[in-house]
Parts: sequence; C-alpha cells; structure tokens
Amino acid sequence: MIAWMNWTPTVAIFFAVIAGILAVMTVYEIVSPCSERKGFLPIATTRGDRLFIGLLSAAYIHLAFLAVSDITLWVALAVSVAWLLVLLRWG
Amino acid sequence: MQKVQNNKAWWLVLPVFLLVAFSALIPLMTVVNYSVQDIFGPGQAFFVGTEWFKEVLTDERLQDSLIRQFIFSGAVLLIQIPLGIGVALMMPKSGIKGSLCLILLAIPLLIPWNVVGTIWQIFARGDIGLFGWGINQLGIDYNYTGDTLDAWLTVLLMDVWHWTPLVALLCYSGLRAIPEAFYQAAEIDRASKWAVFRYIQLPRLKSVLIIAVLLRFMDSFMIYIEPFVLTGGGPGSSTTFLSQTLTTMAIGQFDLGRAAAFSLIYFLIVLLISWLFFTAITHADKEK
Repeated sequence: MIAWMNWTPTVAIFFAVIAGILAVMTVYEIVSPCSERKGFLPIATTRGDRLFIGLLSAAYIHLAFLAVSDITLWVALAVSVAWLLVLLRWG
Repeated sequence: MQKVQNNKAWWLVLPVFLLVAFSALIPLMTVVNYSVQDIFGPGQAFFVGTEWFKEVLTDERLQDSLIRQFIFSGAVLLIQIPLGIGVALMMPKSGIKGSLCLILLAIPLLIPWNVVGTIWQIFARGDIGLFGWGINQLGIDYNYTGDTLDAWLTVLLMDVWHWTPLVALLCYSGLRAIPEAFYQAAEIDRASKWAVFRYIQLPRLKSVLIIAVLLRFMDSFMIYIEPFVLTGGGPGSSTTFLSQTLTTMAIGQFDLGRAAAFSLIYFLIVLLISWLFFTAITHADKEK
C-alpha cells in the first residue's frame, strides 16, 4: 500500500495524525457538543474553528521557521502544538 | 408529531465525501507526498525532507513573482471594485436600456481567456493595433513588449476590461435588491445623492461586494493564460506571475518536488486569504 505512488512513511504519519486529530475531535464533539464562544481571538469561534485556525497557523509557523532560520523543525512543531493547545483552551 | 432524533442522515453525506476525496483530498495528498521527495522517474524517488520547501522559500525568483502577484491582485481590486460600483450605479434601472447595458457588459465575460490575451496582444500593438497605434499617435512612446511599465499597464487594463463587468453585474443585482421604500424615506429626509450612496446603497451592497472581492482576488491571484498570451511574462520576467512560474517549474523543468512544495505554499496562501474572507462574510451575517 505504502509503495504505491511512492508514498513515504513521513507523509503517511503526517496524514494519519491529521486524520487522528479529526477523529478524536469528532468523538469529543459527539460526547460533549461545544457552543460558540468568544476568547482572545477577535471573533466568536467553535472548537472546530479553533482547530482549523491552529492547524493553518501551524503550517505557517513551520514555513516561517524554514524561511528565516536553520533551527530544527522539531522546535517549530513544539511551538505549533503549544499554540494549538492555547488556542483550543483560551482562543 | 414525534420527532425522530438521530444522526443517520450523516450517511447521506458519504457519496459527496467519497467524491471530494477522489477529486481533492487524494490529489492534495499526492502533492504533499511529492513535495518531500526528489523524483527522477518511476521507482527512482529519494526522500529529501523539507529541502524543497527551504529552497522554494529562499528562492528570489519566486519571492519576486509572489510580490508581483500581490501588487497585481491589489491593483486589480483597487481599480475594479470602485469602477464596478460606479458602472452599476450609472446603469439604467430597468427597461430596454437596462437589458442592453447588461448584454453589453456581459460580452467580455463570455470570451475565453486565451482569446482575451490574443485580442489585446493585437489591439495593443504599435504597428497594427488600434490601441497601441492610437497611443503612439498621441506622441506617447508605448511598447508593451519592450517596456516594463507599459507591459504592466496593458496586463492591468486587459484584466480590468475582462473582469470589471463581473463586479458591475454583481453590484447591479445588489442594487436592484434594495426596496424602493429606502429611497422614498431618503427622499423625504432630503438626503443628498452621496448620503443615499453612503448610508443606503453601500451598506446594502456589503455582501455582494465581499463575494466580488473574493472572486476577483482568487481569479487575479491565479491568473495565468492572459498575461502568458499577451506578454509571455516579459519583458524579462516583469509580468511573470505565480502560476506561470509554477508551470515553468513543473512542466518546463519537470522539477516535481520543487513544484509540489511551491504548490503547497501557494495553496496555503490562497487558503488563508479565502478563510479570512469567509470569516468576514459569516461574521457580517451574524451581526445583522
């Protein structure tokens, strides 16, 4: 399966993690539905909105790290995860 | 009547989900997959990690075309949105004149992109083109194949000619949707034309305008065929926009990994801006 179209383990893990996050969030949403609320972001957001904002900004954080520095991307990943958690909790 | 409470209706979404998976998700995943590899041919792929991204982000040619792209899209919006509103305001409200205006306005929208490019390529030529020849006759030295500013102005003018009608048509439909009672109230208050525009027409046009801005931004951001036919990206690379740079890379040089990394960055920019617009639209609706 993974050899088909030259899929690489890295990409497989990446998408598996994304799919996993989506699955977990779906289950979470079914177990305890969230309502729209206003955090430190300028707009009222639902949990899904905040996840989307978090993932999108994670992509930009990684690109920014790549563009302006030679620091390993694990740092960027840590920053992104921290930011995502902050966003989900207080965003 | 007893209401049935369950989520089985979600299964009806499954066909759409499968369709989207095959038309969007899997191709996108493929692009992500290519962007971390160097592919020479079937069975000859090497994992390179984020090298392509690093290279693309620090590539001056790409940065230049990105800056050009933003300037172009900005200029397109700054010209076409006010112009479109203006045209819509001046159009006859109804009757045969109104229909005639609508048809005339819609004509540029019906012309295929590459034909638009060809039309302007000939129209703007100094020797046989009416526009180029006319400008030269006025004593202004104009040559879109040799001068950067002329090339830019010609590409912009072509886009304005091609797409302002879309903005005008959208605004026209928005204007027609304003109930007559609003104008009557304004007349009773002796509101000036400007006040009517500022406090009745413009706020009521908000939602159509957001759509117009979004459509024009996306289209101009992805522009490819028209400048490619008109100037070929020249003189030099002064009118080479993002899509053209990408195509040269992917097809001309067959640099799949690099092109994939670049596509993803392109996609992220488009995604971010679309999301901002989308949020603005839904936010504006909620406030009502």
